Amino acid sequence: MNKIETPTQLMELYDQYKSLLSARLGTEITDETLVILVCGGTGCQSSESERIVENFKQLIAAHGLDGRVHVSITGCFGFCEKGPIVKVFPGNVFYVQVKPEDASEIFEQHILQGKKVGRLLYEEPTTNTKSETADDIPFYKRQLRVALRNCGLINPEKIEEYLGAGGYQALSRVLLSMTPQQVIEEMKKSGLRGRGGAGFLTGKKWEFASRFESEEKYVICNADEGDPGAFMDRSIMEGDSHSVIEGMIIAGYAIGAHQGYIYIRAEYPLAVKRLQIALSQARKYGFLGENILGSGFSFDIQIRLGAGAFVCGEETALIHSLQGLRGEPTTKPPFPAESGLWGKPTVVNNVETLANVPVIFQKGADWFRSLGTETSKGTKVFALAGKVANVGLVEVPMGTTLREIIYDIGGGIKDGAEFKAAQTGGPSGGCIPRAFLDTPIDYESLSAIGSMMGSGGMIIMSDRDCMVNIARFYLEFTVEESCGRCTPCRIGNKRMLEILTDITEGRGSEEDLVELQALAETIVDSSLCGLGQTAPNPVLSTMKYFMDEYEAHVKEKRCPAGVCQKLLHYIILPEKCIGCTSCSRGCPVGAITGSVKQVHTIDESKCIKCGVCMNRCKFGAIIRQ
Amino acid sequence: MVNNDVRTPCCGVKNHPQFTKLDAYIDTLQIDPEDPHRKETLIATLHQAQEIFGYLPEAVQIHIARRYNIPHADVSGVISFYNFFTTTPKGEVQINVCLGTACYVNGADRVLQDFEKALGIQAGKVSEDGRFSLDSLRCVGACGLAPVVTINQKVYGKVKPGEAREILEKYIVEEGSKGREVTHEQN
Repeated sequence: MNKIETPTQLMELYDQYKSLLSARLGTEITDETLVILVCGGTGCQSSESERIVENFKQLIAAHGLDGRVHVSITGCFGFCEKGPIVKVFPGNVFYVQVKPEDASEIFEQHILQGKKVGRLLYEEPTTNTKSETADDIPFYKRQLRVALRNCGLINPEKIEEYLGAGGYQALSRVLLSMTPQQVIEEMKKSGLRGRGGAGFLTGKKWEFASRFESEEKYVICNADEGDPGAFMDRSIMEGDSHSVIEGMIIAGYAIGAHQGYIYIRAEYPLAVKRLQIALSQARKYGFLGENILGSGFSFDIQIRLGAGAFVCGEETALIHSLQGLRGEPTTKPPFPAESGLWGKPTVVNNVETLANVPVIFQKGADWFRSLGTETSKGTKVFALAGKVANVGLVEVPMGTTLREIIYDIGGGIKDGAEFKAAQTGGPSGGCIPRAFLDTPIDYESLSAIGSMMGSGGMIIMSDRDCMVNIARFYLEFTVEESCGRCTPCRIGNKRMLEILTDITEGRGSEEDLVELQALAETIVDSSLCGLGQTAPNPVLSTMKYFMDEYEAHVKEKRCPAGVCQKLLHYIILPEKCIGCTSCSRGCPVGAITGSVKQVHTIDESKCIKCGVCMNRCKFGAIIRQ
Repeated sequence: MVNNDVRTPCCGVKNHPQFTKLDAYIDTLQIDPEDPHRKETLIATLHQAQEIFGYLPEAVQIHIARRYNIPHADVSGVISFYNFFTTTPKGEVQINVCLGTACYVNGADRVLQDFEKALGIQAGKVSEDGRFSLDSLRCVGACGLAPVVTINQKVYGKVKPGEAREILEKYIVEEGSKGREVTHEQN
């Protein structure tokens, strides 16, 4: 393929490749070809989805159907709970939990005979009805895919499919018919706010950077998705790398930068690989390099790997890391827009933010503004995980309520448990209790109830989760990840962790709760960067909404959820114990005494609360209190 | 003790194949010893070095410092800051238990305890024979499979406490035919 030099050439390619996707989009049904799409996201790949593709390829070749049946890997479909997922077009037939050996059944029944494999269709758990197509599945019905528009639709390793989906047309429009100032105005008008957490208006950020005069400026894509339990950005990069690249080039044009960097976690090898492929394809087609599309504008992008430091998600820390230094943050101002990488004006945007940019220029700022709430426009991707039935990636318009996300899309709570809290914003966010299930979610509403949007991690907790323990878990994380530069974060968080550990292990007092609150507030006020300023949020929000649990731990030395091991008591019920000796043989510390056919007893002073006895007892004679 | 010729490998390791490989990589970067921005590739080089050597011992750190014409302290400061880098060798079989939030609320802490017990080592340590190392990590992004354990490149999903022994079985059996299973899993 030669370099594309004019918008006309781009449109010719679009016309050439759009048929690649028409069967999948349902716009044009071709009887001639069948398309099999296999999810190649990290979750599904972990469950051997690549072998599914291999098996299909062999079957297609063995039956001489090479031209007629296409099999392709694609980005994340989002429904990770039911992975690996295989889709067949036309018909948008959705097969779940497919094993490599199931490929032959799908091939023989569906591909050769046109009969759906009922056994592998998705079954709605409440009604036990099978969903014939993906469109019938409640998980997808309420979603609106903007940032994820191409994920699970195109093969991320083929630029032709991105072009067929209208890719790089926004760039063409921007470079050839708009001035940088117009681009910034359009962005401001769209109302797009940063999806990395803080929610700063993207157009404003670009405007600041554009105002500073400098020969060199930079665009950085922040792909250091460190929030544990969040995988939105990874899925976008793995499933639709080109949309991020296109967004970066547009940002570069707007602020007057010619070099971009993608700073990505080393823990995401698949995303790195897909980005590398996409970058080299974009260079080959002339979307990166000198004189892009004949506009005179030049831009290129390099990938830089992180090395496992949560604080590097903070933009000043990230910039230090890019320069090969320890990733420590510095005080702002000066903001990176004024003095960033190598002291030059720099824009740092998150992956999801950038993936939204091309759509805004394709469909217009007015269209984007029409989605969402008064203050928060567009959609947001959430990584829904934890005790929810449908773990996966969910994209909904801003203003959707938690209840809709958890119950309508997420299928409610797993294993018949009760909803207790939703944690958003990761280690910087807070826990939202049941009372706010009907709050429409946007940046403002979440911070009003003591949490934050964050990057989009959403962990659902049930009545079997201890909120004190969850707060301790997050604190453990921030203590480990604190870079140590400022005292409140380095020492204050450590002190909070010690107090929380005491509480969960039965050594806590009521004074501890007072001290915990005071410490938390001090750390919020006095820390240097976002990590420290937000680290106490999980503690503050759980203390606000679940004080009864804290009190049970300190006053009664009891963990209401039955999670904190040191506060548990194992008891043998004499009426159920038949004296089989299984528990005493399994006890690692010899805390159980009793002879054959005699009722056994547990010596509390020796018991380490490991729970082995309870797991071994076949008669339900051992209970935990 | 500034070594002006940054191209000279240190400590008599000139012809060591691992150093040769590392040097070949660094050569491609065409580092200008005077360029104030030359450290921008340091983290990438450390990733390469750790892949080649398995860890980053002092000799490797000093070698890299000389090639970049920067103090050893700069290199060691970066290594100690980032979790990904290690200055001690890991086991042949590297076991990682994910302690991301999704895994944690699904009982990953008890899975970790189970592995500690089965291996007889604490998280962060290597077994005496150097065969196993056990660590925790934060989120591999396969939250639909929580709790997740990775052994070398292979991902084990929905692991329950009590299954550690069973999962480790095949790696223990392989003890005689060192590492073969590992290579197989990576393919």
